[in-house]
Amino acid sequence: MAAQLFGALVTVIIGVAAAAIYFYAANKILDIILPPRGPAEQAARNQKIAATIRPWLFLGPAILFLGLYLVYPVVDSIRLSFYGRSGVDFVGFSNYRWAASDRQFRESIFNNILWLVFVPAASTFFGLVIAYLTDRIWWGNIAKSLVFMPMAISFIGASVIWKFIYDYRGEGSTQIGLLNAIVEALGGTPQAWITIPFWNNFFLMVILIWIQTGFAMVILSAALRGIPEETIEAAVIDGAKGWHIFFYIMIPQIWGTIAVVWTTITITVLKVFDIVLAMTNGQWNTEVLANLMYDWMFRGGGDFGRGATIAVVIMLAVVPIMIWNIRRLNAEARG
Amino acid sequence: MATVRRRRPKWGKYFVHLSVLVIVIVWTAPTFGILVSSFRDRDQLAVSGWWTALTTSEQNIVDRAAPPSDAKEDAGKYVITGNVLHGTGYVTAFGVRIQNPTEFKAGETADLPGDQGTLTINRDGSYSLVTDKVPEGKNGRRIYYTAALPPEFTLQNYEKVLTSEGIGQSFINSLTVTVPATIIPILIAAYAAYALAWMRFPMRALILSVIVGLLVVPLQMSLIPLLKLYNDVGAFFGVPAKTYLGIWLAHTGFGLPLAIYLLRNYIAGLPNEVMESARIDGATDFEIFVRIVLPLSVPALASFAIFQFLWVWNDLLVAIVFLGNTEQQLVLTGRLRELLGSRGGDWEILTASAFVSIMVPLAVFFSLQRYLVRGLLAGSVKGG
Repeated sequence: MAAQLFGALVTVIIGVAAAAIYFYAANKILDIILPPRGPAEQAARNQKIAATIRPWLFLGPAILFLGLYLVYPVVDSIRLSFYGRSGVDFVGFSNYRWAASDRQFRESIFNNILWLVFVPAASTFFGLVIAYLTDRIWWGNIAKSLVFMPMAISFIGASVIWKFIYDYRGEGSTQIGLLNAIVEALGGTPQAWITIPFWNNFFLMVILIWIQTGFAMVILSAALRGIPEETIEAAVIDGAKGWHIFFYIMIPQIWGTIAVVWTTITITVLKVFDIVLAMTNGQWNTEVLANLMYDWMFRGGGDFGRGATIAVVIMLAVVPIMIWNIRRLNAEARG
Repeated sequence: MATVRRRRPKWGKYFVHLSVLVIVIVWTAPTFGILVSSFRDRDQLAVSGWWTALTTSEQNIVDRAAPPSDAKEDAGKYVITGNVLHGTGYVTAFGVRIQNPTEFKAGETADLPGDQGTLTINRDGSYSLVTDKVPEGKNGRRIYYTAALPPEFTLQNYEKVLTSEGIGQSFINSLTVTVPATIIPILIAAYAAYALAWMRFPMRALILSVIVGLLVVPLQMSLIPLLKLYNDVGAFFGVPAKTYLGIWLAHTGFGLPLAIYLLRNYIAGLPNEVMESARIDGATDFEIFVRIVLPLSVPALASFAIFQFLWVWNDLLVAIVFLGNTEQQLVLTGRLRELLGSRGGDWEILTASAFVSIMVPLAVFFSLQRYLVRGLLAGSVKGG
């Protein structure tokens, strides 16, 4: 145990030292090879060449990592989606044809669309309402902190927490799951919630909504506070009431932020995996793409072709948001 | 008119307080539930909801009387005595047949089926089993009773998960993964961010665009190619494919886009005059970076470090793909997932394990929330 932690600490030290030495040495070597001294003409030329090389020294390690761990895999995943299970024989579009006709894949697409519609909508809505309400009371910051808390909890930890809430005991025994206890107290019949097809999707979505609402709340709260006072004052003078001000004056001014929150949660939803794996592992019609992809990656020794195909489908859904983000960045850079 | 005006907002105010209170309760109750449950006695947890943890719980219990060898002769009869309770609580009812375990009230005398004798269990748990003949057999007679037990809190669940369920070892494993995977990307990202913010070179805008694009690339795209690569590298050098070094580097790669993006935004916002005057004084880029940029960027570095720490600690997917599931490599999230499968209904194990795993991120969250919020705002409002 101690040895393992010690190993980790040594790695930290070696890693940090290696990075520091690399940058120091690379810059030093550059100065030695191209000294910014000597005859004025030569020094100026050296300096110019050094100035073109130096940025790449700074960027080098980052580009290496990004290339190896993100760019290369994206390209290779696309390539593998046209290959067979071990990635050796070329099979053309047959993986995609398989996907189009596979029952589980279709079920995943359907469920993913459900998730994509409801989770960002509900999280953004609750986040916005909570941000608005908590800004109005003296203990708002404490309330915010508590609603934000699930953000720190792992998906798998959240799954344990909610599985406990959905716990079901046969009729006649005391229900120890909160949901069934409430249902029973209200005169209903306890259910094994996560096994009821279609509706169980929503019981899983609740977990992600519970986590993501805090994120939406924090960002939207900052946006609401950034709204110029004058616009609200003007509305009040014109006789607008509380909710009218909220819907017609405040919301239109933070559309941009709402869109950012919505798309960020959308990306999280597309990658949702842990919750489904832990709660149902795709049983009872709850399969989603990310879990299906993981499943194929290891099923029967692993089918890399089909796994990569499913990953590419997830990627395709992300591309529009990616383009939108890059455009926004460029628009910002232009001012 | 004036009174009406004063009253209306007041009602509205109560409504706001009440709504927020309800929201806060709904949002915290689930976590609070497992916290309370993790400290409850195993038997009580199994038969009553955690919200009743502070009240006395009734349990139907099946027990055995003392073995026949303990029987004492008394006036021609054979008597076995003892106490079914272990210290606390009281008995409300008992029975002698499994079909009807609450047939008799505490203190009554029950005839045993088949004319074998009588059984009495008192409220305090003491019982006497009286038979005419010498009792035979090795095991004591089964008795059924209902006991009202006072709330019982214990640290046993934690003791159990930390030792025999392997949560203790997994905690160390999680720490082993998280610490280097949090620190290594920071320095690499900081240099890149400085170059992107303050140095002029061709393709700078393109590189920045690519990084913003990579921010949203789903992890799923990386898994299969990297798994193949790791397997090939492992086979080529004759080393295991699933190593801590492998996962440290993987997390470094996956964390870099956000790190570079956050740090670049921050470093680009540093005052130009400071940089310029340092440059005029003859400082090189390397010196400016080490002496000025790094110290000034501490808040942004902290924001990213918290993100990366939470993300790596809470990650399951990368861990189960790039690390093995041996005792020395299984992280907390992976262990929790295994327990969900193997100990499905044992909530005392699951709640205590879950709480151990969320304890560290919660501590980080509550102590460093300020930096987390700042990082979130920098990461999503300003762009990207």
